[in-house]
Amino acid sequence: MATTLQPQTGAKPATSLTNEEVLRYSRHLIMPEVGMEGQLKLKNAKVLLIGTGGLGAPLGLYLAAAGVGRLGLVDFDVVDFTNLQRQVTFGTSDVGKFKSEAARERLSNLNPNIQIDAFETKLTSDNALELFRDFDIIVDGTDNFPTRYLVNDASILLGKPNVYGSIFRFEGQATVFGMPEGPCYRCLYPEPPPPGLVPSCAEGGVLGVLPGIVGSIQAMETIKLILGSGDSLAGRLLLFDALGMKFRELKLRKNPNCPMCGEHRTINKLIDYYEFCGVRGEEAPGPDVQVPEITPRELKSRLDRGDDLFILDVREPHEFQICNLKGHLIPLGELPRRVHELDSSREIVAHCRSGKRSAEAVDFLRKAGFRKILNLKGGILAWSDEVDPSVPKY
Amino acid sequence: MSVKVMIPTPLRIYAGKRDSAEFSAATVGEALGGLTTQFAELRKHLYTEDGKLRAFVNVYLNDEDIRYLAKENTPTKDGDTISIIPSIAGGSSEKR
Repeated sequence: MATTLQPQTGAKPATSLTNEEVLRYSRHLIMPEVGMEGQLKLKNAKVLLIGTGGLGAPLGLYLAAAGVGRLGLVDFDVVDFTNLQRQVTFGTSDVGKFKSEAARERLSNLNPNIQIDAFETKLTSDNALELFRDFDIIVDGTDNFPTRYLVNDASILLGKPNVYGSIFRFEGQATVFGMPEGPCYRCLYPEPPPPGLVPSCAEGGVLGVLPGIVGSIQAMETIKLILGSGDSLAGRLLLFDALGMKFRELKLRKNPNCPMCGEHRTINKLIDYYEFCGVRGEEAPGPDVQVPEITPRELKSRLDRGDDLFILDVREPHEFQICNLKGHLIPLGELPRRVHELDSSREIVAHCRSGKRSAEAVDFLRKAGFRKILNLKGGILAWSDEVDPSVPKY
Repeated sequence: MSVKVMIPTPLRIYAGKRDSAEFSAATVGEALGGLTTQFAELRKHLYTEDGKLRAFVNVYLNDEDIRYLAKENTPTKDGDTISIIPSIAGGSSEKR
């Protein structure tokens, strides 16, 4: 489904390359599939990257290197130490900087011939249409359901292709939504999963190379759209299993009854996507359970006093290997069938990494009749901050 | 008739960490029934309380979406592969 994009109105399109650009892009120029004509299409193209994280890293690097003339980078987040394992745009010295700005600096250094706009903002229903309007192609490198539906709806309302990629642990998905005859994200996933039904937390994490591969596939699809060559992934969902090293593809059909891109559109404006996804507040919170708590300092002084406390660790075994408080390990998911390992007559302190999973464990055990049970407030993270900094945070 | 059901990563913890399972089934629905009988915890992730497949769960027979076939009544033949395709959003490695 090769489609030529309509050039945006406004600034005059470039009709030539400088000598420096000819040299820089020579490995493109000597390929008949790109050539001078294709390189000028790249130079005149405007691509908006939503997210400059794991997927955004290879996207930004390859699209800048390829000479895409204008790149927009939307990200409100700052570079975190844990990002460096996969977000290869950033260096250690970027920790603490705004991602969009750190990425802009890196990409400008890579290719000073292109225009790079950093938007240090969260993409919202209020700003999405305005941000998207100046660009030809939208690339979705976000990490949450509300933003994915927002990116989809805004790109459909403006008639712009949406190059999609998504990852989970060691599996990836990629396709192109929003082509005139092609399906959109809502054709594939009419409804978001309710929070809590898709495991995300203890089972989370991602192999650092995976977003590199999936983001590179998105970069390739973006460039093919700009060049108007090859077979687009539009209408096909590419599935990648990194452990099995297998690529599969499934047919994606445009749903004639799709409320967004179907024959009778019923969604005509952007909505509240957090509400739509059943998420209240900014981030997807776990169930907010109120349970009795103990602070790390209180726990420390009670242990020092020699109180008889049973420490219950509800994290996963691989987390226990990173660091532990010498507790008894029963992962949250196994608690219901291993509850007999606990003695309800003893005082129990449950903990996890941050205190959320253990709050659920405490809530569950209280409902199961346990009375002397406390949640370690803030989990191992707080223990490391307040009691024992030799315990690593992760 | 043996049909292979591919279990996606996010649901494997409810399926004894298996990545696939084989069932003797004449339709897609029968195969999924076999799956959720063997792994009861999977049921609530695939079906609503009134027994309908959840809207965010996509089921494919080979490379075709069963919504465009006969849904759960789609007949299967020996050697077919059923894939469950959940929505994934990452990016993130949200931890708690």
